[in-house]
Amino acid sequence: MFVGHFTERPYQDESSGFFGATGRDITDLGISNADYDPKLGADLYNRYLDEKVYAEEMGFDGLMLNEHHSTPFCMGGVMNVEAAILARITKKAKIVLLGNVLPIWEDPLWLAEELAEIDMISRGRLITGWVRGTGRESVAHNSQSPFNWDRFQEAHDFILKAWTTPGPWRWEGEHYNFRYVNPWARPYQDPHPPIWIPGILSKNTVDWAAKHRYPYVMLATDLEPTKQSFAYYDEKAKEAGYEAGTQHHSYLFKVHVDETDELADEVGRKFIQGPSNPFLEGNQGAVQANLQNLPGMTSRTAVLPTVASFAAATARGRGEDAKKLGGATSDQIDADKQDAADGFGSYDSQKERYTIITGTPKTVIPKIRHVLETLRPGSIFFWDGDGAMTHEDSMRSLKLMGEEVLPAIREIGEELDLRSPFEIDPATNKVVLEAPAAAGD
Amino acid sequence: MTTTESSTEQTVSIAGLNLRLVQGGSGASAVWLHHSTGSLGWLPFHEALSQNFAVSVPDLPGFGQSERPTWARHPRDLAILVLRALDELDLGPTLLMGSGFGGWIAAEAATMSPNQLSGLVLIGAAGVQPDEGEIVDLIMHEHDDYVRLSFSNDAAYEEIFGEAPEEDVKQLWDFSREMTARLTWKPWMFNRQLLPLLATVQTPTLLVWGADDRVIPRSSADLYQGALANSRLEIVDGAGHLVEMEQPDVLASLIADFAGSS
Repeated sequence: MFVGHFTERPYQDESSGFFGATGRDITDLGISNADYDPKLGADLYNRYLDEKVYAEEMGFDGLMLNEHHSTPFCMGGVMNVEAAILARITKKAKIVLLGNVLPIWEDPLWLAEELAEIDMISRGRLITGWVRGTGRESVAHNSQSPFNWDRFQEAHDFILKAWTTPGPWRWEGEHYNFRYVNPWARPYQDPHPPIWIPGILSKNTVDWAAKHRYPYVMLATDLEPTKQSFAYYDEKAKEAGYEAGTQHHSYLFKVHVDETDELADEVGRKFIQGPSNPFLEGNQGAVQANLQNLPGMTSRTAVLPTVASFAAATARGRGEDAKKLGGATSDQIDADKQDAADGFGSYDSQKERYTIITGTPKTVIPKIRHVLETLRPGSIFFWDGDGAMTHEDSMRSLKLMGEEVLPAIREIGEELDLRSPFEIDPATNKVVLEAPAAAGD
Repeated sequence: MTTTESSTEQTVSIAGLNLRLVQGGSGASAVWLHHSTGSLGWLPFHEALSQNFAVSVPDLPGFGQSERPTWARHPRDLAILVLRALDELDLGPTLLMGSGFGGWIAAEAATMSPNQLSGLVLIGAAGVQPDEGEIVDLIMHEHDDYVRLSFSNDAAYEEIFGEAPEEDVKQLWDFSREMTARLTWKPWMFNRQLLPLLATVQTPTLLVWGADDRVIPRSSADLYQGALANSRLEIVDGAGHLVEMEQPDVLASLIADFAGSS
């Protein structure tokens, strides 16, 4: 069992008016950066780095970062900078990037170099992950959306070659062209850092990840559709001639631990307050469907069962399509919209559905067990410290996780035989001899 | 939107791809190229035009019922296919008309094969970077808002589409938006090579702009007029970007007068 820690690093500005239920419009891609305060930004970046260092100290195996652009809910526009700093100031934990938005890179050779540097500085602790990105990312860096999937695949093939095939060589692709590929930086890990693919919705991507034997990380989706997506991965793995296992299944979900159940509830509600990711269920922000759902980004017929959950459907501005596809009924969508409109209503609903788990260690451990039994992932990430949560909220939770939750979860992982990609190599399904803790020493 | 008894459909194969068009009327050949939002079929404007011309209204390659050229990356690629279609259909010297995005394609076609054209009509045409204002970015708008913006006012939009368009119309807009985004992105809706090349074109050209066009700035019209030696500009009152929707009869008679005089 591999356990990582994640927060989206929201831009929390109490003076902005969009922190908490103020009624100020926080429509995604509808906020001017005239409101951005770099001094506050400095505090927040340093706070989030400090929390990651503490997460390592508390025993997390992985420190996960993500990347979004032109939005206050995630400060990781240049996640690789944060990763490079963590590479230097942490010692053991894997640095997990989920993920770089490949199609928006005009120059993927530059990305190959950056990731190789991070891998070297960390002495082989980088886990790289690649995504297609939502419409927001393509708008922000003006990447031609109908070619998003093609560019993703070509950039992947190119970076892999840049990492594994000695240069110089030439690349004349459909979307990328290089006359001299010979980066003077190579990944520390041989042949290259592990590649994990995060996602929520795209059937194409699951299919592709399974073909490449890359672990697939479901991002905070409901349990049942997550299970179905893993089953879809397994089916595609079988078609590709191998048996997928726990090492191929990964799951990110919201967990906050606190000193009392009451305090955990009070703080847990902050998950969906403030500048938290507006395309996730119950949050206060709104998305512009036409920008999330840019032309040609997602094939209409290739939609995973997660479309049935409100979060995923609205993530891509596809609530209406979900109805057509026989996913969520309009009644369900209306009910969830009502919950969202009720402010904290959907916090309780998400708690019931295990997509948010809060409480004392004693309360959360059996709930996490339920998630592990239901999904059987070999790696998990706790998503905490988000929305309107303060540094103190995060630190209390990290401490209790380290002292009580992680040891219990590791035992459950053993009992359920949940093997991470560092115990069973997803590329070969062979047992990995070196223990994950040894990496980087 | 309205296929009438006066129009017929046919399909031709161009570069191995089916191209569908609607035709009606008789007389000299006139071909109209639709906006980036796709063709709604045989419109009152086409009906009016067909009193004087043999009118052809193709679905541009990759739009509507015409097969997608997956390799196409620029409106100029479609212009070449359109020129081949004129040959294939044996239409003879043709009055080539285009609105908005279709106007851009018509202008590109004129730079490549002026001898195939008896005249050129550019209606609120994209293709040229305005020196004042900017071409509205479809990508940053909901389909419905974008089309509303293409009328001179909301009432004019609602007269045609009602308060909200039918599902099939929304699907057409959504589908068309994808093909448009495959052909123009950076820069959005213009080509810096077009104006210098238009300076080589002597084809008689009628430029028509809605007085209230909120999508393509008037300065684009002025730049077209400056580049095309043999052109004149007509401004149509009571029309936005979709002149053919708001003032179909006025537009048809402007075109008939232009063709008669040139």
